[in-house]
Order: sequence, then structure tokens, then C-alpha cells
Amino acid sequence: MKCIIIDDESTARAIINQLCSKLDDLIVLDEFPNAIEAIKFLNQNEVDLIFLDIHMPDFTGFDFIQTLKNPPKIVLTTSDANFAIEAFEYDCIVDYLVKPVLLPRFEKAVQKAKSSGYTEQISDTNDTNQSSTDKELYVNIDRRLIKINIASIYLIEAKGDYILVKTEEKNYTVHSTLKKIEEKLPDNLFLKVHRSYIINVKQIIDIEDNSVLIKKDVIPVSRSNRPELMKRLNLL
Amino acid sequence: MEKPNISYIEELSGGDESFKTKILDILKEEFPEEKKSYQTNLNSGNFELTADNVHKLKHKISILGLDKSYEIAVAYEDNLREGSTALSSEFESILQTITNYLENL
Repeated sequence: MKCIIIDDESTARAIINQLCSKLDDLIVLDEFPNAIEAIKFLNQNEVDLIFLDIHMPDFTGFDFIQTLKNPPKIVLTTSDANFAIEAFEYDCIVDYLVKPVLLPRFEKAVQKAKSSGYTEQISDTNDTNQSSTDKELYVNIDRRLIKINIASIYLIEAKGDYILVKTEEKNYTVHSTLKKIEEKLPDNLFLKVHRSYIINVKQIIDIEDNSVLIKKDVIPVSRSNRPELMKRLNLL
Repeated sequence: MEKPNISYIEELSGGDESFKTKILDILKEEFPEEKKSYQTNLNSGNFELTADNVHKLKHKISILGLDKSYEIAVAYEDNLREGSTALSSEFESILQTITNYLENL
């Protein structure tokens, strides 16, 4: 099993790493002192199991789990037994280890992870069956993860190394690319109409030749993307 | 007062001296930083952050086999979250014991 360790304490990470080294079938891909770095890693790597500390500054283990669209199996590691009840609310959490952890108990947790019936959930693109994570998007701004309601986004514009995400409430400038955010958005709501713009098709006010009006923004539509846009419209 | 020990670390190392050295080096580096942060937050009256410091420190207290001290740390963390500094002198005495122990390792 490929695993990662998330804990703000170096000592705790070293201990979990040592415990992992005792088990042949565990490979530690990396370890992280905070959840934000781990999220970046998980966006690019496949992981079977996460050893996750609950009590971390700014962004707790539970906050972290809620940002994951398809969380892998998770074993919580904590100095506090009081969170056990909350842990049962998450299907992906297979066990709960109270520090300091000893090898027999650790081994048992890994066995539980292996035999757990929990599998990552494939997201359903049907509007009526969307999970809460499908409805929300977390963006990293100044080392804080800000939650955005996906349906409230009406326009995303590429601006060099950044993207400008416009929502009904406010605008967010995020260090990312259109390609990355496009992968996180539901296909039935969003469409890339130009190399610099993704629009929420439900928010279109009108279309004129090679542009669309969304709120007060006139957005160019490239010739190659126009047929797909027209297909999405409920034309009379 | 009970004395710190490295029984847990030795059990975890399974005779692996390099791990033992590594974990003790991390403890010697991380503990003073956490202790300093604890004192800063306590002095500035930010009890929530102080409780977070105690939370992290109590893991190290348990690693060093200080079972009774651990119970004090648990109670002290609860006190801080409720805005009280009761048990602070007991907790600081534990920190001093650990400081002396790590310095002489």
C-alpha cells in the first residue's frame, strides 16, 4: 500500500515512518507538516492510505478530509481520544490511533485498512446525486483554503500564472491554470469557450456572434468552441 | 516526581540505533521550539494557542514515559481551552524536567 503521513510534529512523523518501515507492504511516498502541501501532492499522485493527525493549526485533519473529492483510506493519529465519535462519521476513516502508537496496534490499523470494504467513490455527475464535495471547491489563497460554492462561479479567466474566479459573491485570484480548474468542475455546468475563459453555461444572458454575455462580462467565444457551446443550449 | 525515560523509543527502534539517534535529535530540536512558543502564547494571554502548544507537548511527554505528567498536561490543556491557567506551574515543572533530561542525553 502506498501511503503518506500528515502531521505538524516532526517527532510524530518520524515515529509513524519508523512504524511503516516495520511492515513490508507499506511504502511511504512522502510526509507533510500540513494539509495544504498534502493536497497538492494528492492532486498528482495516487495514494492508498493516509496517516493523518487531527489536531493541526489552521487546518485540522477533518477539514482536510472534507476537501478531498475521492479520499483514500485514512488512519487518524491523535493525542486526543475525544475525536473518535466524529471519526465514525467518515466512511474513509478505517481506524483511530492514539499517540504514542506501538507496533502491534499500528499493525492492526494497517490490517483494518487492507481489509476495509471502503473504496474510493466515483463522483456522480448527475446534479441530483452530487455529494457535498462535488458542490464545493477549495482554492489556496495566501496559504488558506477558501471554500467556493461551484454553482456560484459564473466565469473563470486565465491571467498568466493565475486564474480569476468570479462568483456571485466575490472574485478570487488563485495561483493555478484553467486546465487544472477545468478538471475539478462538472462538465454539465462549465465550458471552456476560449483559451482564456471558462464559463458557467447556466449563467449566460445572451450570445452574439462570437461572444457571450455573462453578468456584465462580454466573453469571446473561439470558433472551435462555438459548436460545443451551441450544443449545450436549449435552442427553440 | 517521575523521571523521563526512552523505553518507548527503544521499543520502537527495535535495536535500530540510527532511528534512536534520529528521533532524539528531532526531540532535542523540536521540544525547545514548542516550549518557547508555549511561553510566548501564554505570556500574551492567547490561551487557545497555548492549549494547542500543550497539545503538541503532551505527545512528547507521553513519548518520554511520563504517564502522570501526561494526565496533568491533558487537564491543563482542558483548563486553557476554558480560559483558565490552573495547573500552569505543575506543567512548567514538567517542561523543566524534560529540558534537563534532553540536555543531558
